[in-house]
Amino acid sequence: MAHDTVTPHAADPPATRSAKHGLIARGQAALHTKPLLGPLVVLLLASLFFSVWVGSRFSDPLNISLIVQQVQIIGMVGIAQTLVVLTAGIDLSVGAITVLASVVMGKLAVDSGLPVLPALLLGLVTGGVCGGLNGTLVTRFRIPPFIATLGTLSVFSALTLFYSQSETIRAQDVPSLLSWPGRSIHVLGTEVTYSSLLMVGCFATVAYLLRGTAWGAHLHAVGDNPDGARLSGIRTDRVLLSVYVVAGVICGLAAWFLIGRIGSVSPQAGENLNLQSITAVVIGGTSLFGGRGHVLGTLLGSLIVGVFSSGLALAGVEALWQVFTVGVLVVVAVAADQWIRKVTA
Amino acid sequence: MKAGDTATGVPALEARGLVKRYGHVTALGGADVDLRAGEVLAVIGDNGAGKSTLIKCLSGAEIPDAGQIRLFGEPVRFRSPLDARDHGLETVYQNLAVAPSRDIPANLFLGRERRKPGPLGSVLRLLDKKRMREETQELLTSLGLLTIQNFSQPVETLSGGQRQGVAVARAACFGSRVIIMDEPTAALGVRESQRVLDLIREISGRGVPVILISHDMPHVFDVADRIHIQRLGRRVALVNTCDISMPDAVALMTGALHPAEIDGRSRVEHP
Ligand SMILES: Nc1ncnc2c1ncn2[C@@H]1O[C@H](COP(=O)(O)OP(=O)(O)OP(=O)(O)O)[C@@H](O)[C@H]1O
Ligand SMILES: [Mg+2]
Repeated sequence: MAHDTVTPHAADPPATRSAKHGLIARGQAALHTKPLLGPLVVLLLASLFFSVWVGSRFSDPLNISLIVQQVQIIGMVGIAQTLVVLTAGIDLSVGAITVLASVVMGKLAVDSGLPVLPALLLGLVTGGVCGGLNGTLVTRFRIPPFIATLGTLSVFSALTLFYSQSETIRAQDVPSLLSWPGRSIHVLGTEVTYSSLLMVGCFATVAYLLRGTAWGAHLHAVGDNPDGARLSGIRTDRVLLSVYVVAGVICGLAAWFLIGRIGSVSPQAGENLNLQSITAVVIGGTSLFGGRGHVLGTLLGSLIVGVFSSGLALAGVEALWQVFTVGVLVVVAVAADQWIRKVTA
Repeated sequence: MKAGDTATGVPALEARGLVKRYGHVTALGGADVDLRAGEVLAVIGDNGAGKSTLIKCLSGAEIPDAGQIRLFGEPVRFRSPLDARDHGLETVYQNLAVAPSRDIPANLFLGRERRKPGPLGSVLRLLDKKRMREETQELLTSLGLLTIQNFSQPVETLSGGQRQGVAVARAACFGSRVIIMDEPTAALGVRESQRVLDLIREISGRGVPVILISHDMPHVFDVADRIHIQRLGRRVALVNTCDISMPDAVALMTGALHPAEIDGRSRVEHP
């Protein structure tokens, strides 16, 4: 083992170093211990920037509400992605699971004539089963998560097209319970959808599971040092499997919110969810190397993407520059993560 | 010396004919282990002699290809480290099984986290972080193993020796029947090494036997009741520390001396 560790004390500026260098080192250490700090600062600065540039059209409460609605599906799928990324894995099938689950809900409720509640629950179960399949491939068959979920991405997408026969269920046919998350209530002069509230609730719940329970501690340990976790008596395969199942169920919830958001049930919806969720996770400061990060960072990451998209659109900048900006943000976020991890390298 | 006191008792840990192969490499070629209740058994051997593999087979981290293990007379077949831990066997691994980005309490209680009392713990499964932090502080202070100002700093920001201290503290705290330490003093300073040796004496004084793997002969001769000499994947000798000289032990370890040659000079057991 390499023991040339730099402790925070050693990182404190010795007399030879300039005060500026010490400040940077301290900032690096602060970002290391508080992973939410970076994304929070970026979100606040970006919001401030667009409020000044675009003016009240951006900072209008209704626009803020719109941004939240636009990022809520990414946010939900991002929660699922965060869980997997924390275990040093990646799930390329989260978007496909979400769409499959939404089609299952819609088809069962509309075409098969099942009561809405069982249809909804079976959609969530579908998400869990898909996640379970991913988890089984990763734990039982030792397939790297990237490859396993690349395969299931295609499988789930094909199943979606097969089951839906590529047909969209029209909005007027969708039962009200399925589109309920898209309805809104008036709060403080703005519209807040139920799904936005539920999304925040999901973030809070998962944040509590990760920070407050043994499951969360084990999940982090598995992502941090899988061999060490196993030697410490953690059933690493069981933890991993549970992570993929929970991620699948969360995608099922995202499916419900998706129906609420677009009104109809479409097998073509949510094409970009996979990459968008990874973007939100990475911008939110969760390390792709596992073990380090915070699910609330993913909420901030989704909001950052939403703020840039909305702000640039309102400023009349072409859509291609929105894509460009998000790409730059991802690269900067990963570079920042590499730098922050060097505190201990 | 305690050796001999407990000679009549049931052996704490007994292994016969352990074999472990990695592809074409035979890491263990029929190794035996005998650990008496309450003793300190040192395992010495050259690099690659199979010491770490031996203790991994004993602790459930590796499953031996052949051989039997008995824990206090009861045949055991550990399928995982958790299995061994549930039997009261605790191990400090050479590569330190820690989660680098977690803090010290999280690492000490890894896999056996304390939950809050009442429904907060039983229903909501909420961890009692405050209690774990307090217990960590108490434990580390009482062990005197490492001086750390900030218990909530990630383990990766500790020095190598401090990290080793955390791993040793974890084993010392939770091992109830057998404790195994693979080179626990390798990264430690003089004072901390002495503390670990004292700790090993305390643990065996409590009646919990310790297997200590070390390359440091003075440490071995200081603390061990018996010495297990490992060479090329097998035990070549098991001797009472008081019956062998340091040069002879090293000669046996390197193969410069055959166990049969040493018989005349000091008593070597061939169980
Ligand atoms: N996971 C593995 N895969 C392949 N070979 C291994 C593995 N683990 C150990 N070996 C081999 O088994 C032999 C014994 O290794 P082991 O780690 O048990 O030695 P050791 O006595 O602990 O050495 P050291 O004093 O350097 O710690 C070595 O030749 C090593 O190359
Ligand atoms: Mg070794």
